[in-house]
Amino acid sequence: MTELEAGRTQALAPVQSGAALRRYRDVLIALIAFAVLASLPLFTGSKALLDFVIRCSAYGLFATSLNLLVGYTGLTSFGHGMFFGLGAYSFGLIMQKLGVSIPVAFVATLAITAVVAGVIGAICVRLKEIYFAFVTLAFQMLIHSTILSWASFTGGDQGLRGGIPRPAFLGINLANHIHLYIASCALLILGLLAMRQIAQSPFGYTLRMIRDNAARASFLGIDVWRAKLTVFVLAALFASMGGMVMALFVSGAYPEFAYWTISGEAIFINMLGGVSTFLGPMVGTVLLLLLNDTVTRFTEYHGIVLGVVILFFALGLRKGLLDFVADWFAQRRDPGEGR
Amino acid sequence: MDLDALAGCLSSSACLVTQTTSGLIIGMLLFLVAVGLTLIFGVLKVVNFSHGAFYMFGAYFAMTAYQLTGSFALAMLAGAAGTAILGLIFERVFMSRVYGADVLMQLLVCYAFVLIFDDVVRIIWGPEFKAMGMPAAFQVMPLFIAGGVVPPYYLLLIGVALVAAIVLGIGLSRSRIGKVIRAAAHNPGMVSALGINTGLIYGGVFALGGMLAGLAGALAAPVRSLTPGMGFSVLIESFIVTVIGGMGSILGALIGALLLGLIRSFGSLGFPLFTEGLMYLFMVIVLVSKPTGLFGKEAA
Repeated sequence: MTELEAGRTQALAPVQSGAALRRYRDVLIALIAFAVLASLPLFTGSKALLDFVIRCSAYGLFATSLNLLVGYTGLTSFGHGMFFGLGAYSFGLIMQKLGVSIPVAFVATLAITAVVAGVIGAICVRLKEIYFAFVTLAFQMLIHSTILSWASFTGGDQGLRGGIPRPAFLGINLANHIHLYIASCALLILGLLAMRQIAQSPFGYTLRMIRDNAARASFLGIDVWRAKLTVFVLAALFASMGGMVMALFVSGAYPEFAYWTISGEAIFINMLGGVSTFLGPMVGTVLLLLLNDTVTRFTEYHGIVLGVVILFFALGLRKGLLDFVADWFAQRRDPGEGR
Repeated sequence: MDLDALAGCLSSSACLVTQTTSGLIIGMLLFLVAVGLTLIFGVLKVVNFSHGAFYMFGAYFAMTAYQLTGSFALAMLAGAAGTAILGLIFERVFMSRVYGADVLMQLLVCYAFVLIFDDVVRIIWGPEFKAMGMPAAFQVMPLFIAGGVVPPYYLLLIGVALVAAIVLGIGLSRSRIGKVIRAAAHNPGMVSALGINTGLIYGGVFALGGMLAGLAGALAAPVRSLTPGMGFSVLIESFIVTVIGGMGSILGALIGALLLGLIRSFGSLGFPLFTEGLMYLFMVIVLVSKPTGLFGKEAA
């Protein structure tokens, strides 16, 4: 080992241990979050609250997975909802038609999603941003119209009815509300942790570089197309997980799960919470669901209210809530560096 | 799938004429919407995701004007002028704030307006399906061309759209205003430095795009049912048109729209359940073989 190399390993070592430390910290936070969520039923008997958390899990997984594309890679997908719908429908159909156990259907759905996302991604990810946004949207509409027109298989505009069978496995009975709640929380926390690992990995930093300067990344020998395709498929898997949680929760699947508005909502969630922090979409999810629940209680024209709120965030704050808070803290910490 | 019906139609001149004209009117309406979209994108570099709303407003404005005055010409005028004014306000007050911002921001502002506009229509005109009805002047015997039935209104519709296409094409390439617009699309800073008000041009182009979509809505009002949210499927289809034809190309929009219209009308015979799927499939094929669209520039 030359002197130069020795010096380099020394310089690298603290970074390595820092990354490991951060990973332990993430796992610790995840464990605490899971413990808090899991102990919630002990303190409250409110079914509405638990339902709310389950819905947050489904949408949170979905929205955070979109952030992998939008925030980390700079791929503005406007059709990400297709994988949410695909997950819900594949899972529901496998459970209804094949009668396998839930983990098998879960893995099978992820496999189906990976294949579909691989094909769609291979076509889409080489397109420029606006083309990418709309071609993903077109694929979403293709899946939606397939669901609507293939009524004998998918139930058409009525959706998958008759309930999804939820046989018990390994002592977990998802027909039981508490079990379903704990399982949703576990999936959410595991999914978030996995996505955090992806975002903080060398691959995650490659994605950021592609976002900031794809040409430069390409010059440095990175296969940009392959990296984008990989993250597209990974994000689709987590969106599909969200869809499965939703299908389990409502015990069915509806064409609205695959409609473009789902993608619009996910983008809005990201915007609402902020795309520059990992947990921004999670904050956005809670905000949007709270907003939706309160607004629909007061008015039937919730489009107007939602639209005005979106405008406030897009034209007023110009960033998400968590971004706003993070910037505010950064500014307070060193006031000399006002932006 | 019903390939026999498709083959049967292709071998009969009557059916061929009927399906072709219905394909042409779908295509022409799509062209009017898509050309506005492509024009706005070409000059302002934003995708007007709320463009479908202008189509919807055009149809509703025309219906109201027709019910008030009973004049078809006034109805068309109301549809076109109303949406032009709407477009101008929308661009100056809201869209002009997000130029240069990332695509996400532009999409969001437009998404907000899709939600707002749909609800506004629901409040003013009600959520139910509405019909404008065919004006009396066109309630005459349909023409028979080679055995196929062609309602006279279809001819008017195709004629108006063709005139719009020609005026637009010549206006952009020959007139002074057209040249200024193309210059602004190419290099807005330079145009501004030469003492031309680019804000006015941007507003004008957006108003023009909105007007074309409004005109399409007004023309479609007698033959389509009106409902809040009617703009969205048109938006998606006109986006497919611009992707197929190439963003920013007027000729591309025309060819793409006509192709899509014909795919729709003949596809509904052969693949009644998968007509929409055929359009997406066609788009994918074009994109895979030529990512910038049929008439798009390589650097796009």
